[in-house]
Amino acid sequence: MNVSLSCDLQREIFDQMEASYPNEGGGFLLGNAQDGIVSVQDIMQVENTFAEEEQYHRYAMTPQDWMRLEDEADERGLSLIGYYHSHPDSLAIPSEYDREHALPNFVYVITSVMMAKATEMLVWRLRPDRSAFDGGTLSIT
Amino acid sequence: MATIRIPTPLRAYTDGASDIDVTGETVGEALSNLVDRHPDLRAHLFQDDELRSFVNIFIGDEDIRFMQGLETEIDAEDSLRIIPSIAGGRR
Repeated sequence: MNVSLSCDLQREIFDQMEASYPNEGGGFLLGNAQDGIVSVQDIMQVENTFAEEEQYHRYAMTPQDWMRLEDEADERGLSLIGYYHSHPDSLAIPSEYDREHALPNFVYVITSVMMAKATEMLVWRLRPDRSAFDGGTLSIT
Repeated sequence: MATIRIPTPLRAYTDGASDIDVTGETVGEALSNLVDRHPDLRAHLFQDDELRSFVNIFIGDEDIRFMQGLETEIDAEDSLRIIPSIAGGRR
């Protein structure tokens, strides 16, 4: 899997993740995917709705967020191709909690935020048998 | 015939279709009909015959968890929707 993301969108994600620190932040990735090439064309920031005292290590959106943004993506001729979130003061590697809640055919972009500074962005995809994530290649354009 | 709207990442298992006509008199029967015809969906919707915790089923704007769950009765005009709860975290 190769994920293409513009420098501007990466900066937008980093700015959001740093502003969310020490809590987790996140949102949806919109674009298209074909033959293992995923092109991110836009992002949609989504408020973290997890219980406030748990937001330092948890991120969640509501089902209503999904419905609203999936409809909006369809109207724009785009697809929800993945979601991004941060791991404050932790590596950009999926946790077991991430795996349990993951969907197949979806790109997972994780940003490590160390001491309020976004330091690394990695991309992942769940295996079809749900056993683990595989890493992908991120191309910043 | 009721319909079920499939979330984007799971449309790979329905040959790209976003809306599937299903038979059944309850939500559970409709979902069984869906996964019988598209078996690769099962592992992502169910765990040990229970809906996975992050899988939500809506009828219109109503979450079936606040109705009668999988026993909720449906009719032919109902539009169901599978909505994943997106969640993550560092540990």
